[in-house]
Amino acid sequence: MENTYTLSIFTEDKIGLLNRVTIIFTRRHINIESITASESEVKGIYRYTIVVTVSQEQVEKLVGQIEKQVEVLKAFYHINNDILSREMALYKVSADALKENELFTRIVNENHAKILSISPEFIVIEKTGDEREIKHLFNDLEKFGMLEFVRSGRVAITKPMKTLNTFLKEVENNSKTTVKHFNK
Amino acid sequence: MKKHNKYQTEVTGAEAVILSLLDAQVTDVFGYPGGAIMPVYDALYDYMDQLNHYLVRHEQGATHAAQGYSRVSGKPGVVFATSGPGATNLITGIADAQIDSTPLVCITGQVHSHLLGTDAFQETDVVGISMPVTKWNIQVTKAEDIAPAIAKAFYIATSGRPGPVLVDITKDAQFGKTKYVYEKCESIRSYFPCPKVNEEEVSKAAELINNAQRPYILCGHGVLLSGAEKQLLDLAEKANIPVASTLLGLGAFPPTHELYVGYLGMHGNYGPNLLTNECDVLIAIGMRFDDRVTGNVSKYAKQAKVVHFEIDPSEVNKIIHADVAVLGDAKEALELLLPKVKAQKHAQWLQKFTECAKVEFEKVVKNAVNPATEKLRMAEVIHQFHQLSEGNAIVVTDVGQHQMITSRYYKFNHPNHNVTSGGLGTMGFGLPAAVGAKVAQPNKEVVAVLGDGGFQMTIQELGTIMQSDIPVKILVLNNNFLGMVRQWQQLFFDRRYSFTEMKNPNFVAIANCYNIKGKKVTERKDLKEALKEMYESKEAYLLEVVVENEENVFPMITTGASVSEIILE
Ligand SMILES: Cc1ncc(C[n+]2csc(CCOP(=O)(O)OP(=O)(O)O)c2C)c(N)n1
Repeated sequence: MENTYTLSIFTEDKIGLLNRVTIIFTRRHINIESITASESEVKGIYRYTIVVTVSQEQVEKLVGQIEKQVEVLKAFYHINNDILSREMALYKVSADALKENELFTRIVNENHAKILSISPEFIVIEKTGDEREIKHLFNDLEKFGMLEFVRSGRVAITKPMKTLNTFLKEVENNSKTTVKHFNK
Repeated sequence: MKKHNKYQTEVTGAEAVILSLLDAQVTDVFGYPGGAIMPVYDALYDYMDQLNHYLVRHEQGATHAAQGYSRVSGKPGVVFATSGPGATNLITGIADAQIDSTPLVCITGQVHSHLLGTDAFQETDVVGISMPVTKWNIQVTKAEDIAPAIAKAFYIATSGRPGPVLVDITKDAQFGKTKYVYEKCESIRSYFPCPKVNEEEVSKAAELINNAQRPYILCGHGVLLSGAEKQLLDLAEKANIPVASTLLGLGAFPPTHELYVGYLGMHGNYGPNLLTNECDVLIAIGMRFDDRVTGNVSKYAKQAKVVHFEIDPSEVNKIIHADVAVLGDAKEALELLLPKVKAQKHAQWLQKFTECAKVEFEKVVKNAVNPATEKLRMAEVIHQFHQLSEGNAIVVTDVGQHQMITSRYYKFNHPNHNVTSGGLGTMGFGLPAAVGAKVAQPNKEVVAVLGDGGFQMTIQELGTIMQSDIPVKILVLNNNFLGMVRQWQQLFFDRRYSFTEMKNPNFVAIANCYNIKGKKVTERKDLKEALKEMYESKEAYLLEVVVENEENVFPMITTGASVSEIILE
């Protein structure tokens, strides 16, 4: 059975690593639904958040292949219940919306969105929420004429997890296993 | 000639490449020059007495030679190539090394860093292209980053599950000046090459093995990579467990031992395949359940508990569910396992293998090694070659029927004497890999067993043999067909031989043109003497044996069939 999984991948800072990671998905014909990458709370360590819809077995294998990459420190996967996640969206609608100011303002308020900018031609609205909420606002605003719409990838914080720093201490000890390769 | 003086202030990046290789204990390099790597070749000119460079005839040949070198010596193979086409020519060999866990360090030249991304002459994104087939790769654009990158490259290539790495160095980095400091790399924060063996898992494994009625060991390449041959033997003997080998594991267990039951896979032995579905505990050591071994996975060893000894965590549960997984180095794990395993006898179970071997002998082996046909057959050639060399030669094969026949009929007495392209099945592997193997083991006899098709994929490496005077023996089994494909056409495509017949050149004459002696044999009566002449020749030698055109390799597990549906004819 397929499910939506959010992968949190902690990596070193290396050119091309994101490519190495995405190849793992492409090769298995798995579509990445969203992806974000940024520096984590620890300087020099990056965090990729990737959302996919796959089976439990597939996600386990994906994580195994991802962790195999030399510069990946650790990869986790989570079901939606284990995380707090948000996406952000920007909506650009025609300034004509102000002609129906009351309705427009109500929609923005009821959706807990925010007006980012108003100009003579258009209005930009910002909304943070989950996918469903973002879609909901999209539907509501569409009647004013949607000029542009952009949505970020998912960012997620996991509920139960070791702090990255304790994890780093552990891996520093682990990675010091001695090299062994047959030599006769 | 040149000695690097530690107090010397600065060297070029190119010289840093050479010095780093020397510091990494490299003695041999296979390569081909070109514009973007010329500074490295120029630096090499001063170190020719310390670093042997073999000029191949195609960069693919360099990678396969480096693979052959590594597989028989345990050392990483090192390759030089230029940018663009030089670099892209490496890809097949790198992919082969990746899937067969062979450590390679490939060093490619790259265009000037200011030209990157401009479609400059001979610019290809080799880091991008090689990403899916390397264990790790990196582009270096500064001279001072060269030594650390190379140190890291060797560490990654040779540690844990070995694999190929690529270091792409821009021309300006090669020309740049730097202080040379080589620090051996011994750990990387984010890299855990070898999991520590978990004793609890070992105990669980021991319990399963101790309670088994019909335990069965499958040994793979991992046993050789770990150097665990002795531990495997001790385990098998103590608990009286039959041992079968994967293609790449051949030689890890003595073939004449009473517990050795044979070779696994599509064209493997009868009993080892069939009885996979009758054992109660399957003990997989350093193998990854390739589809050529498992046949139909949904009908593979369903009745058995599976114990998997594996260094690469991503291999566990990838294909076959493991009831107990012991992660880590095989040798270390087996050493911990041994005292926990009880001495047992499994006479009845072993008897089953013996019975299967009898059936296989009657139905397949007897006729294959001693055929009534007028024309020679591949199996009798390999069988005679085995007897002549007493199983002591390093045998390098190409890909096809001759490869399967060699794996079936050559009994490797020693570990790391079987060199073949397993996971990728790369035609053209054989000849250059034999060159590399001979360079690594000059005192051993190295024989390349090739098909007429695969030989012609890298036939140009005869030039390398000639130029560097490498006494490799070449045994071409010529059936004038792309035999393995023809066999499939016969069995599954109604004998529609679409483009598998070969019109071949005079192989002996070609060898002669490269100053290599040769002979062609077509008659049974001449075979023995000709094999002897080839084997005993002090120089490179090519023996072409003309064999039956339409011989098939059996047994066979056809696509989609289960191991228990293995057919004998
Ligand atoms: C590079 C490459 N191309 C194609 C194949 C597909 N293939 C597998 S075996 C084979 C036939 C090999 O013929 P030959 O070298 O004459 O050996 P034989 O099977 O006759 O012993 C082919 C074409 C391959 N394995 N590798």
